[in-house]
Amino acid sequence: MSETTSAGPAVAPAIEGWLVLGDDPHLIGTRCSISGSYYFPPERTMSRAPGCSDATLEEVPLSTAGTLWSYTNAGYRPPDPFVPRSDPFVPFCIAAVELAVEGIVVLGQCPAGVTVDDLHVGMDMELIIEELDRTEDEQLMIWKWQPVGWTERSAS
Amino acid sequence: MKHPDDVAIIGVGMHPWGKWGHNFVTYGVEAIRRALTDAAIDYREVQFVAGADTMRNGYPGYVAGATFAQAMGWTGVPVTSTYGACASGAMAIEAARQRILSGMCDVALVVGADTTPKGFLAPNKGERNDDPDWLRFRLLGATNPTYFALYARRRMELFGATQEDFAAVKVKNARHGLENPYARYRKTYTPEEIMASPVVADPLHLLHICATSDGGAAVILASREWADAHGHGDAVNIKAVSTVTPTFPNTVIEMPNFATDSSAGLPIPQHTFKASIAQACYEQAGIGPDEVSVAEVYDLSAALELDWYEDIGLCQPGEAEKLLRNGETTIGGRIPVNPSGGLACFGEAVPAQAIAQVIELTWQLRGQATGRQVDGARVGISANQGLFGHGSSVLVAKP
Repeated sequence: MSETTSAGPAVAPAIEGWLVLGDDPHLIGTRCSISGSYYFPPERTMSRAPGCSDATLEEVPLSTAGTLWSYTNAGYRPPDPFVPRSDPFVPFCIAAVELAVEGIVVLGQCPAGVTVDDLHVGMDMELIIEELDRTEDEQLMIWKWQPVGWTERSAS
Repeated sequence: MKHPDDVAIIGVGMHPWGKWGHNFVTYGVEAIRRALTDAAIDYREVQFVAGADTMRNGYPGYVAGATFAQAMGWTGVPVTSTYGACASGAMAIEAARQRILSGMCDVALVVGADTTPKGFLAPNKGERNDDPDWLRFRLLGATNPTYFALYARRRMELFGATQEDFAAVKVKNARHGLENPYARYRKTYTPEEIMASPVVADPLHLLHICATSDGGAAVILASREWADAHGHGDAVNIKAVSTVTPTFPNTVIEMPNFATDSSAGLPIPQHTFKASIAQACYEQAGIGPDEVSVAEVYDLSAALELDWYEDIGLCQPGEAEKLLRNGETTIGGRIPVNPSGGLACFGEAVPAQAIAQVIELTWQLRGQATGRQVDGARVGISANQGLFGHGSSVLVAKP
């Protein structure tokens, strides 16, 4: 899954099989062929919908936009194995975003700079990919949620 | 209110909650000794031991039933050990209750105790890429208060709850627990002090969130027949125990998950998981929420207590703030909640906590809750919820 660049370490997802990087980044889900239920993280063993144990699980890209179900922030540094973005610790936001088609709520961090004052329940959110951690060989990437257009606004 | 499925609580005992720095066995043994004294029996009369496990004290914690059976002196008594996160203690109660109801024994001991580290509850060590409880810290930095805060914010949006309401829950519980000798924090707070404490997970401040504590709790259960024949005719009855799991699709985000179940396939169940916990208990007991005189609910955060008012049927969804603001859940009100002071005054000692809830209800129904007594309490219900689809509710009533 790693993409080697001449400039630096290989870019790879922070967890294998949950997200796709590149030009069309998205979360990977699976879908139960009988009930139509979606799973994230992708369920690959058996559909958990009762009565659907014979279903096949098809891998599907999940929606990259949704509405904010709820949100909070981390005022204190979470314990290990949390990967701090900065030292000293700076609070960051966590968003719970509802994906309409899939009927699921997915958690994700918000990018640095987003505060709880930038968020309100029901607002449109979009998925972005950012660095979570890096080693000598790899840059490990994670999904995050941000208000739609937030980057542009903050950059202007 | 007698029924063939009644099991009598003939003895209760607790070690005070705190940060005492002892091994968890110390707290559990103290609680057992007090429960035995309360029941006026010798340990050798115990025919079954159910221990609620702790995950933070090594192997002895994983086999709590045997650990306490050894500490009390081996008698050959059969044991079981249960783990179900916050519901562990209620699962141990249920194991003992079923043993009694099946006729396999007359007298059983239930015990849970914990020694907890300071700060956030953290996952197991190591690279655990297939463990959602490890991954949520690694990939999201999501602590337990993260989830409490998501619920609190949702409640503010849906029902107009305020941070001041959450503070009012803490103020109430702090006042309730002031005279409770087993509570760790016995101090009143003003709303201003609570709001001035640091933000842990917006909208929750430090004083909206419960601490983790050391503590121990034990109960002696007996068949109703044995209790009546041995001078415990007035012992409080356990009428029902619920340890239900969620029903798919569970559409409320829960610890330690990254996402909810999907509502795109099967229909959403009639009750949320939290509401189904108490619902199952009421159905089993044949007793409704209108008959409840006192409740002990899991206020991991002050905001969660408001959710419980609705989830245990004390009011309709969206009415919890009104119940609180009208003083109905304060001692002296229509339906006092957390007269013990709740987790706000105790802090959480995971395997002991669900047992401690039942002990408080027992004291309330006996009329022994000095300084915090709910007048005329006849029926009590407990409720809690924890990680990985665990929750429990116990309904007790005067005989």
